[in-house]
Amino acid sequence: MTQRVDVGPAAAGPRLESTGPVEPAVERATAIDFRTQKQRSLWGNAWRQFRRHKLAMAGLVVFTFMVLATFIGSAIYPQAIDDIDFSASSGSLSREHPMGTDSLGQDILARILWGGRISLAVGIVSAVVALVVGTSVGAVAGFFGGVADSALMRFTDLFISLPQIPLLLVVSFLYRQAFYNYFDKRFGSGVLGVFVLIVFVIGILNWMPTARLVRASFLSTREKEFIEAARSIGASQPSLMFRHILPNVLSPIIVAATLGVGAAIITESALSFLGLGFPSDIPTWGSMLYAAKDRFEIAPQEAIFPGTMIFLTVLSINYIGDGLRDALDPRKTL
Amino acid sequence: MGRYLIRRVLISIVSLIAISMVVFGILAIAPGDPLSGFAQNPNVPPELRAQIRHKMGLDDPIPVQYAKWATSYMRGDWMVSYTSRMPVRDYIMQRLPVTIRISGSAFILGILIAIPIGAISAIKQYSLFDQVATTFAFLGFSIPTFFSGILLIIIFSVKLGWLPFVYDSEVTGFWPNVKQSIMPVFVLGLASAAQLTRFMRASMLEVISQDFVRTARSKGLRERAVVVFHAMRNAMIPVVTIIALQIPELFGGAVITEQIFRIPGIGRALIDGIGSKDVPVVMAITFGIAVLVVVFNVVADLAYALLDPRIRYA
Repeated sequence: MTQRVDVGPAAAGPRLESTGPVEPAVERATAIDFRTQKQRSLWGNAWRQFRRHKLAMAGLVVFTFMVLATFIGSAIYPQAIDDIDFSASSGSLSREHPMGTDSLGQDILARILWGGRISLAVGIVSAVVALVVGTSVGAVAGFFGGVADSALMRFTDLFISLPQIPLLLVVSFLYRQAFYNYFDKRFGSGVLGVFVLIVFVIGILNWMPTARLVRASFLSTREKEFIEAARSIGASQPSLMFRHILPNVLSPIIVAATLGVGAAIITESALSFLGLGFPSDIPTWGSMLYAAKDRFEIAPQEAIFPGTMIFLTVLSINYIGDGLRDALDPRKTL
Repeated sequence: MGRYLIRRVLISIVSLIAISMVVFGILAIAPGDPLSGFAQNPNVPPELRAQIRHKMGLDDPIPVQYAKWATSYMRGDWMVSYTSRMPVRDYIMQRLPVTIRISGSAFILGILIAIPIGAISAIKQYSLFDQVATTFAFLGFSIPTFFSGILLIIIFSVKLGWLPFVYDSEVTGFWPNVKQSIMPVFVLGLASAAQLTRFMRASMLEVISQDFVRTARSKGLRERAVVVFHAMRNAMIPVVTIIALQIPELFGGAVITEQIFRIPGIGRALIDGIGSKDVPVVMAITFGIAVLVVVFNVVADLAYALLDPRIRYA
């Protein structure tokens, strides 16, 4: 995608300025007057609405905490993630190890903080992959219609009927080692290769709902009068697509993308839990569950803590998505 | 309707062919060459090796290999599993009953929970019942089955010692079988109940505010008759199609629960097959699930048209 995707407040707010490169002085003056009147933007309204949704706010707080804890916490927290100490194997909660230790005596809290980065990053990046692919396919199909539309929609239908879970398992198992080796040689980090593979597979199997959503919104929006107006003053096709139509269909895309992050975190954890995602020496929340699954009698904390982290993160993301859905619904504002 | 059906079936066949090509391609171009991986596999006896090599023509170019696989698949010859050395068809038939029993009961449990709760939730919108139900649906929707399963095992098997946590297919007798099925059925059942409750509630909310429901009330019908025969009957239409679409997903979900509780079903066979690069097994299960997805897509559309006279496909 080479076009500039303008998702800033100005693009989505009430459109006062002309779209041409030269802005007449008169118009600029009125725009300033508007600002002194403390204009309420669409995003301001959405935020006001969002704050009223208590559980969504709670979700936002929890999610922010998770992100901060995993990205900053593991730098502050003193324990190493791979400090093997058999004398402290499967220890329960203590002052030294607040969440206990696993079978190799490694500190569980440190591994949760460190691994959380991977789990969160996989969730966010694969949701972005699905978002970009889905939006591009949907936008082109909905904007141009005709042959492009039917070809792209057939393609989307094919992806929808792919057997998702088996394919996910097969691809990540068969290609994991190759990606690991290639990235290890090329960039000196094999884990990055596994990350890229997993993000790519999850993203590529989840863009279809977004594509359908975007296509439907584009189809209905491109017939509106303001698009006709923009066309009549000579707006180019990319400008029509990305400046005029896209900001108006953004709300459902944002909600879908938010919920997609939670779904992707679950998928990655499931993959690693089955032993087909990240290798077990790389702690992610899912691979910690994989390591814990035969040891429930000895060390239940090994499973309970990472599992709770997955649950809390996904729950908070789902509540944020719920709040966004309400906040971005124009029928509910004011 | 007839023409619509024929067109749908034709499209389905074309997309199944495309899917089988995608899946076969992924296996064929995978590094480490899983298609010929059995050549190094000491479990494979030489005569079987020769047979497969001949049948699949492993030295042929990939499209030729695909054509050979496709023709033998169509003939009902699904080849022999590399590891269990059984014909894949028999192997799958042996694994299938457990999966259907567990996943099927879970699905029925989910439907039985979701439909009344979703309906009551919608009728008494914003009541305490509704709030509790929607909160639980939200929690159930956000908890991954592999974590809820682990929690149940820790509570009921490890701490309380009430239920066994390894599924034993040799167990006989009704009660021991029920006992070892309770946890997997609940984990899967509650997960699908959480999803269905949300659909049922939304669908019921839409119907209940419509004019014909008010008409039914103003005719003086009893509330129960209005709810059950007028509102719920119509609210069920989209829910039925969603139920049809979820059936193939059951087999995907079974992969995880069968791994947690070590149930020797289809999902377990898939994981084992992937782990040992047992291509015929992986291919058969993956493609089997693809067939289910495509078939139930058509079924859902047809069900929609049959149940709702307002829908007419041209």
